[in-house]
Amino acid sequence: MTQQLFAWLDERLDLSALRHFVAEKSVPVHRHKVWYYMGGVTLFLVGVQVATGILLLLYYRPSAGEAYESVKFIVTQVEFGWLIRNLHSWSANLLVFMAFVHLFSTLFLRSYRKPRELTWVSGVLLLFIMMGFGFSGYLLPWNELAFFATKVGTGIAGAVPFVGDFMVRFLRGGDEVTGATLTRFYGLHVAILPAMTTVVLGMHLLFIQRQGMSVPPSVEKREKAGEKIPQMPFFPHYVLHDVMWWYVALAVLAALALFSPWELGTKADAFAPVPAGIRPEWYFLAMFQVLKLLPAHIMGIEGEVLGVLGFGLCAVVLLLLPFLDRGAAEGRSSKLVTWGGIVALAYMFVFTIYGYLAA
Amino acid sequence: MSAQDRATGPGTIKRRSFIDIVLGLGFVSTAVSFIYPLWRYAIPPIAAEPATDSIIAGKISEFKTNSGVLLKFGSKPAILIRTPDGQFRAFSAVCTHLDCTVQFKSDTSQIWCACHNGLYDVSGQVVSGPPPRPLETFAVNLRGEPGQEEVVISRT
Repeated sequence: MTQQLFAWLDERLDLSALRHFVAEKSVPVHRHKVWYYMGGVTLFLVGVQVATGILLLLYYRPSAGEAYESVKFIVTQVEFGWLIRNLHSWSANLLVFMAFVHLFSTLFLRSYRKPRELTWVSGVLLLFIMMGFGFSGYLLPWNELAFFATKVGTGIAGAVPFVGDFMVRFLRGGDEVTGATLTRFYGLHVAILPAMTTVVLGMHLLFIQRQGMSVPPSVEKREKAGEKIPQMPFFPHYVLHDVMWWYVALAVLAALALFSPWELGTKADAFAPVPAGIRPEWYFLAMFQVLKLLPAHIMGIEGEVLGVLGFGLCAVVLLLLPFLDRGAAEGRSSKLVTWGGIVALAYMFVFTIYGYLAA
Repeated sequence: MSAQDRATGPGTIKRRSFIDIVLGLGFVSTAVSFIYPLWRYAIPPIAAEPATDSIIAGKISEFKTNSGVLLKFGSKPAILIRTPDGQFRAFSAVCTHLDCTVQFKSDTSQIWCACHNGLYDVSGQVVSGPPPRPLETFAVNLRGEPGQEEVVISRT
């Protein structure tokens, strides 16, 4: 029946390009190929976020008076509401985690080298957008922990030289974190960031389809030496492998959503004291911890300002990595990039755990 | 083609078709396990609002003759009317045609629905227009000291 449907469409729309694409596209097979699936898993989780996010919109109310109650209503009254919310929260965390796995695997395999610089840049932009999703979505249940974490998080923007105060007011929609911040973050979370994601993700996927899979420099050397690298057809082989990985992700996600429900906490109260153990989502924790540890003044500059500038610089280096590491295109794997990656990984790992223990 | 791929006789099944069926069943059951919770989720839960049985509209002196006021009766509007001869009447203010909220017209002493020009008399009976049924009638009782009575509206 699928064949008949395809023939019917083909007769009318001429799908020869698609037929050609499906028949011809292949993926190289080598010992590092498992990393190819990490982007696919991340994409799958984006799909989960879109689907569960739309469902949450059916009952969520973005106002300081009703947000907490509406989330409570979702998880207590709506059938399977607890499941949808748990999936959304857990999938968000897995998504950021998988995005990091995908990032570090492309970094260590030097997949960003010419001609794929723009794929890397769009990928790093997507990571920043995903962190924006995480930051804005964290506030939406309007609970105590999120309220104060948002106060601290938006306050950090105040450390940016010259435009800091403006940025704080812009982010908060006023001088304080209030209902105005909530509607602002809501708009960001359900309209602005999704629109940006559509464009940047579209580009990211288009580049990948256009250029095909990158092979690691070691495999490329063998290829240049005349060895034939085995290939597997994209359809159905690679697609089925991809789907298998999606099932693995789904199993992990379902297990987390079922056995480890996401807490709702108590409703935010601007006049309550900050609860002990206040902390942001884990992927901001390493940064948060550094800012906490910095002394008030370093060489006459405010510690926080220096910290924020440092992270800003890291973000720029990350974004422009393909243009900084020019040797990678000629097959020279820079030791600096390898060690930089290892140090970054170690830093995130150690400081995230440290942040948890210290909180 | 390997030996297993060949159909070997009547009643046997090709290995390829078997795998296709197993995979297909896997995808179909995944789809079902997605769709069922989504469908249940999309259906709004029944609101656990307690049904209102009676409300106090106010003191008798607050209501002029030949006038009507809209009141909140549970989650729906009710209309309390004081007829030109001083009697109290109360109805559900939800028009029986298409659920618009009705109002009292003091010039003709009738209940009027502005949506489709439905008219009811002060007993809630349809006078003209599209409403198919009379308005739901509520009971009105006066409670308390003479002259200071409270007007109580209740479901009959």
